[in-house]
Amino acid sequence: MRLGELVTAGVLAVLSIYMMWKSTELDIGYISGEGPGGGAWPFWLSAIMLICTVMIFYKGVRRLSPPSQSDEPVLDAEGRKMLLQVFGGIFVFVALVGIFSMYVAMGMFLFYYLWFLGRHTLRLSLTLTVVTPVIFFFFFEALMRITLPKGMEFMEPIYNYLNTIIY
Amino acid sequence: MEILALLTSGLLEALEPLNLLLIVIGVTLGLFIGAMPGLGSVNGVAILLPITFLVPPASAIIFLAAIYYGAMYGGAISSITLGIPGASTAVATTFDGRPLAMKGRASLALVTAAIASFVGGTVSIILFTAFAPMLASVALSFGNPEIFALMLLAFATFVGLGGDDIPKTILSICLGLVFAAVGFDEISGEPRLVFFGIPGFLHGINFLVLAIGVYGIGEMLWTIDTTRGKITTTEAKMSVKGVFADAKEGITQGWRGTSIGSFLGFFVGILPAAGATPGSLMSYGVAKLTSRDPGSYGKGNPDGVAAPEAANNSASTGSMLPMLTLGIPGSPTTAILLGGMVIWGLTPGPRLFTDEPAFVWGLIGSFYVSNFFALVINLSFIPLFIWMLRMPFTILAPMIFVLSIVGGYAATNDMHDVWLMIAFGLGAFFLRKFDYPLAPAVLAIVLGPIAEPTLRQSLLLSSGDPSIFFTRPIAGPITVIAIILILLPLFGMIRDRVRRREKPAT
Repeated sequence: MRLGELVTAGVLAVLSIYMMWKSTELDIGYISGEGPGGGAWPFWLSAIMLICTVMIFYKGVRRLSPPSQSDEPVLDAEGRKMLLQVFGGIFVFVALVGIFSMYVAMGMFLFYYLWFLGRHTLRLSLTLTVVTPVIFFFFFEALMRITLPKGMEFMEPIYNYLNTIIY
Repeated sequence: MEILALLTSGLLEALEPLNLLLIVIGVTLGLFIGAMPGLGSVNGVAILLPITFLVPPASAIIFLAAIYYGAMYGGAISSITLGIPGASTAVATTFDGRPLAMKGRASLALVTAAIASFVGGTVSIILFTAFAPMLASVALSFGNPEIFALMLLAFATFVGLGGDDIPKTILSICLGLVFAAVGFDEISGEPRLVFFGIPGFLHGINFLVLAIGVYGIGEMLWTIDTTRGKITTTEAKMSVKGVFADAKEGITQGWRGTSIGSFLGFFVGILPAAGATPGSLMSYGVAKLTSRDPGSYGKGNPDGVAAPEAANNSASTGSMLPMLTLGIPGSPTTAILLGGMVIWGLTPGPRLFTDEPAFVWGLIGSFYVSNFFALVINLSFIPLFIWMLRMPFTILAPMIFVLSIVGGYAATNDMHDVWLMIAFGLGAFFLRKFDYPLAPAVLAIVLGPIAEPTLRQSLLLSSGDPSIFFTRPIAGPITVIAIILILLPLFGMIRDRVRRREKPAT
């Protein structure tokens, strides 16, 4: 955990420096007659962040914070597997939205999670895989009139047909 | 008398068919969300906010407030029957609720929790009705320096009373504030902090993207990672006759805790950024401290169930007070509600009471109605909620992920934000592992757009002299209290150092 604590503080320090640098694209000083410049607020906040990361790093080195005292790994083998399977699944889900539309990608993700990760019965997995996107479709497209991504062109005929039902 | 007339019209509005339906659905959903370990009111409100765009703003906030209430009741169900808190607000309920369940008195604990919640909720709503219009009329005279001082106080409360690592808390606040600054500089109109030149950042980072990322994805990953073991439920047999007997016993044995929790919870809830979790823990502590028999606490004393349960409901109403009257949320959940109000085109703050009385009083009226329905639905469906707790997490988790992704998209209609949201989720998972508190960041991203302009305009008013925050009659004391709160942990650290020096370690 200690190494993780130090690395996290380091990453956040880099983020703070980047945000400080990015803030200087605008005026960070006081402009008379206009008040503080547009970059001042984020610049000084990022500067405070940088000071905090230094303190966190120092406490980590001196083993003063609970995570830096713990010898447990940040993620054990099972934790890594979980993160890869679950977060990986979410990542692929979002990536597939642009190709197969939100509703189809949602179904694929549900089936993957329920059947492959959850080891539920095929009947339950398939039911939820089909029913959930249908409910979402009618809720968002018909009731709320919010259109969710429809994917690439080859999906168009399907949604054209579905739209004739709801409109 | 005027208040009574306004309250009556508010109650009538809350009882309109659409609102009543939303209250019943909201409370039921809230009970379920609160009961599910790993899900609390803040997760529910963050994930479900985007779907409320369907109904008018007044109904939307009534629905979300009902979820908030329901979750306060629901947290007790899993604290008692599973022994693990359903939400952080119900942590203290496990202390005595679980031992009671182990003794076979789960139904007594559940009924006591429900009644205490109802009393806590009712007392706090009455206090709310009395205080809110007064506070709002005082707050009407607030200018930019006062509002900024209040923001400072909200953040200072997190630092001074949050109990988390100080540098990590401050970092979390600053991160949220900087994220709120992304997009355009409102005063000069220049693009600002467009990270890596990605055009998606030009429209800023919507608070929901961060809130859903943290509470919908990050926290779910964390829950999946930490709760790998099997959970055992305690059976609770309920019958109509039994409920009445338990109610009688719960009232006679838990009235002291209930009254402590109801009042203490409300005032802790009012404190900006404190919310229901510290409120319930403090009430448990005070109930135990002032008890004639403190030894019985932790072994199944109904008072120990009643105090935190009355307090968390009371605090949830209390935290609505600064949100509605000052525009400063009293808890992470109300921070998200506040962000929602901005989306719906309402300006939170004291003007709300004069500009939108129908909205405000409809919401206050709905508190009474929600509280009543939460009690009825809770008591009548306890066995059903316990049954639902057996639902495998592998069904619930993917549903929440799907809702999060769809909700994140619906909020801004931009896939860039969905990618950003899952990135925040992954970041939040790791930050949580290293004990970074994330509620301050969510609060900060909501308050950022108010804090920055008020600071800049105050400094413009004073030609750059920061003493403006100290010399004005209302802003001055608030700023001083905020600074004391920020310095409080520092004093503690110095005291510890001095003590250690006096007593060198052996």
